[in-house]
Amino acid sequence: MERNLTHIALFAAMIAALGLIPRFEIVPGIGITAQSMGVMLCGTILGARLGGLAAGLFVLVLLLGLPIWAGGVGGVGLLATGKVGFIVGFPFAAFVTGWMMSRLPASIPVSAFFASVIGGMGVLYAFGIPGMAWGLGKTLNEALVISLSFIPGDLVKAVLTAAITAAVAKARPAALLSRG
Amino acid sequence: MLSLTSPIQTPAHGWRAGPKLAALAGLTFALFLPAPGWPALAFALALLAAAAITAGGWGILSPWARLFRPLWPFVVLLIVWHAVTATPLQGAVILARMAAAVGAANLMTMTTRLADLQALVLWALSPLAKLLPAKPLSLAIALMIRFIPVMADRAAQLSTAWSARSPRRPRARLVAPLLVSALDDADHVAEALRARGGAL
Repeated sequence: MERNLTHIALFAAMIAALGLIPRFEIVPGIGITAQSMGVMLCGTILGARLGGLAAGLFVLVLLLGLPIWAGGVGGVGLLATGKVGFIVGFPFAAFVTGWMMSRLPASIPVSAFFASVIGGMGVLYAFGIPGMAWGLGKTLNEALVISLSFIPGDLVKAVLTAAITAAVAKARPAALLSRG
Repeated sequence: MLSLTSPIQTPAHGWRAGPKLAALAGLTFALFLPAPGWPALAFALALLAAAAITAGGWGILSPWARLFRPLWPFVVLLIVWHAVTATPLQGAVILARMAAAVGAANLMTMTTRLADLQALVLWALSPLAKLLPAKPLSLAIALMIRFIPVMADRAAQLSTAWSARSPRRPRARLVAPLLVSALDDADHVAEALRARGGAL
């Protein structure tokens, strides 16, 4: 019980820390930070339930008004921007990533890559694109075109997630709760 | 303290969080009601101006204005889009609505203490007590907020250690050690909690 709780809280803090440190920007520029990689890692390391709850806790505290979104912003105001779908989709993306991670039969890095692509990209876009369409007053197709620009960066993040998950599994084999 | 709540006390700091959030929800709903172009633009701009004047009157105009930063990529995108499609009024309405909704919400965030909002959320979630029990949830929120600066410090330390040894920038290489340290911390904190009587 305590262990689950502290894992959820510390991974939520980890997602926040990844957004706070500009040096972790994978591609320099706005929005393409390591934060959504944190969501993928929640799933691949903590598994579906704990990973989803960690991402959910991050979203809850973000909306409560802590400036923990990449670039140091927060609060319910984010829900009125084109980011709304991505914010709401975080817990679901982490959950599906973790669920896939526990079921894919391949080795750890390969499973982590595909789980991140399905959960951290497929599921996240399924929330993010309608959210962007709504927030920016565009049609779904138009929002889809805009989102195409995220794909290269997110694929890089999925590759990194695979490598990092494998490294963590090597350092702390018992900690890979998604495969526990 | 890591929070967007303004340290400058405003009259709104004393108002209750529930009605404030309800008023914000009502305003945002009204803002996004379907309306023809010009009236919609006028209403959104009036709301944005009212929020700016309120922030100015309370002496928190510049921190409030800074919170619009994340909108810039959207602003550029929308301007380009609507210039290309020759629909400037439609673009202006979308932009003004977004700015007004974000401005009003940030005003609420800046003038409401985190503890008050947290209490409101716990109260709103109380019907779901079986699914999301309030006590572990508030403990998790507190632990997370406590550990954000710890993790940010640790990331900064790892990054400094890297810079001392390599001319290249660290980038994603530091995430794995950061995660391992988070996993170790989680075990230590769990033991500490258990030693003090558990999380419940």
